[in-house]
Amino acid sequence: MILNEANIKVWSTIGSRATFGLAALELGKTIDDLLILTADTSTSAGLDRFKKAYPQKFLDVGISEQNMMGIAAGLASEGTTVFTATFAPFQTLRCCEQIKVNLGYMGHKVCFVGLASGLVLGVLGYTHCAIEDVAVMRALSGITILSPADCTETVKATLAAASHSESVYIRLTGGAKAPCVYKSDYDFQIGKAIRLKEGRDVAIVACGTMVYESLEAAKILEAQGISASVINMHTIKPLDTQMIETLCQATQLLVTVEEHSIVGGLGSAVAEFKTTLCSPPPQLILGAPNRYGKSGEYRRLLETHNLTAPQIADSIAKRLKQVAPSESFLRKNHEIPMAS
Amino acid sequence: MDSTTQKIEHATQMAVRMRKNILRMANAVGGNSHIGGGLSIVDITATLFGAVMRVDPKNPTWPERDRFILSKGHGILGYYTALAEVGYITEIELLQFEKNDSFLLGHPVMNRAKGIEFSTGSLGMGLSLGIGVSLAAKRRGQSHRTFVILGDGECNEGSVWEGFLAAPHFKLDNLVAIVDRNNLQQTGANKDIMSVGNMGAKLKDFGWDVTECDGHSVDKLYQALSTPPSDARPKAIVAHTIKGKGLKIAENNNDFHHGALTQAQLEVALKEISS
Repeated sequence: MILNEANIKVWSTIGSRATFGLAALELGKTIDDLLILTADTSTSAGLDRFKKAYPQKFLDVGISEQNMMGIAAGLASEGTTVFTATFAPFQTLRCCEQIKVNLGYMGHKVCFVGLASGLVLGVLGYTHCAIEDVAVMRALSGITILSPADCTETVKATLAAASHSESVYIRLTGGAKAPCVYKSDYDFQIGKAIRLKEGRDVAIVACGTMVYESLEAAKILEAQGISASVINMHTIKPLDTQMIETLCQATQLLVTVEEHSIVGGLGSAVAEFKTTLCSPPPQLILGAPNRYGKSGEYRRLLETHNLTAPQIADSIAKRLKQVAPSESFLRKNHEIPMAS
Repeated sequence: MDSTTQKIEHATQMAVRMRKNILRMANAVGGNSHIGGGLSIVDITATLFGAVMRVDPKNPTWPERDRFILSKGHGILGYYTALAEVGYITEIELLQFEKNDSFLLGHPVMNRAKGIEFSTGSLGMGLSLGIGVSLAAKRRGQSHRTFVILGDGECNEGSVWEGFLAAPHFKLDNLVAIVDRNNLQQTGANKDIMSVGNMGAKLKDFGWDVTECDGHSVDKLYQALSTPPSDARPKAIVAHTIKGKGLKIAENNNDFHHGALTQAQLEVALKEISS
């Protein structure tokens, strides 16, 4: 696919789901033995054009996600490249055991795409939100988890997943008119985090839609004299532990931000790894609380959970005061001489 | 003897040897194993592996081999013993059943070299796998068939019915589902716990080409399994069986769903099967 300014603009306008549909067209063009399965969700997955262009490479299994993952594994066991796509709660939790046994235990490779994960479908209620999908998928063995930061990265992740060695869960967050983290081509490798911004005081590790919010939060912090690194942890599993270790050596506060429950997601993955380090910095885990609250519009829900850029900046500034109450920390990092 | 008669005779003798091996394995485990559900499918697996399926243990990944999926994974004793008969595994290996580090666990663990196509054991998953395999064969123009054995108790699982809906929808005439209708499940009778009712009628309604037969008659099973389905439909065989068949103390006795076989019981049973 041509990754240029015009396409990036289009992808950002149509959102991650429709962008996945466009990436699927590329898969259809390049992979002979490909089958994309949906559970009566072809339109939601942006696959209507794909369905017309490659009818032999598309299969609707009806509203039966458990069956879909079994069929997908059966096809994969015969060497077919298989993608499945439906809304994130049904793509992960409804068929969780099929994913465990067929993809994890037996190792049949399927790329499964969770549409509209996180809170974007808030007005439909928490049946249609997915704030636990990463936690559950992370607990299974043999599943790579990708959380693209924007629509361009959705394209990158989809194409990379197709040639990856094990099953991949692609978690799509955000809606249409999605902000762009990337405005030009870049190197995307599964398992390799990307440092988007250098900073000295705080390291913000984010995934999905929260990468953009974190970049904006970093600007707000900068205006307050706090210098923050921002890392796009697009691969939640396997976690780029080398990046986390490097960050831990150079910061006094590590922050994780995710459009997911604070239980079991990116924050947990980072915290688990930090237990292997001798003296890691404190960590602030920002995400949705582990409860099903009131439903509402997307931005409203993000605000409710303090996940907008100004709120993220505010949480970080407050926490930083707690972990570095004296000026010594900032002084040390900014190499400001002590007052005589 | 014509070739069909020879095949039926071969599979019949195979079932006798398999039952003996099952009893030896159940005794060698030294504790409980799934004896009842293993014995109820023996004549089905003997017919499949001994007379119907195209397999080649020397070439276990032969693309045109027929595929077998034991969706009721706990019926494993009726599977390993069939694999031993056709040469995938040895009788010495059979006696390692459920021992530490053995590849013959209490439910099948995928091992293509040994003829085990898929890992099963969690009920309700095998039919969907079979649909995927059958679809792949259709897409590639391959002529092999896929055989899936399900338990009637297993048909309590909703996912099974998703598969029952899908296979006729996709016109998978290369797929055969065999329901081991032994009327018992883990803690009692199927009719008391969660009746699946008239399986044959239900599957016909779903669009399957259904045959009901005595699940312990190799002759009847061979006929059912050898007859191509009418129209472009998947084939279902409702095999009426007896749980524990061949071990008199276990027949229709749910204590042997997951039970133990003592040395004395083994010796009596082996004599009964031989006589």
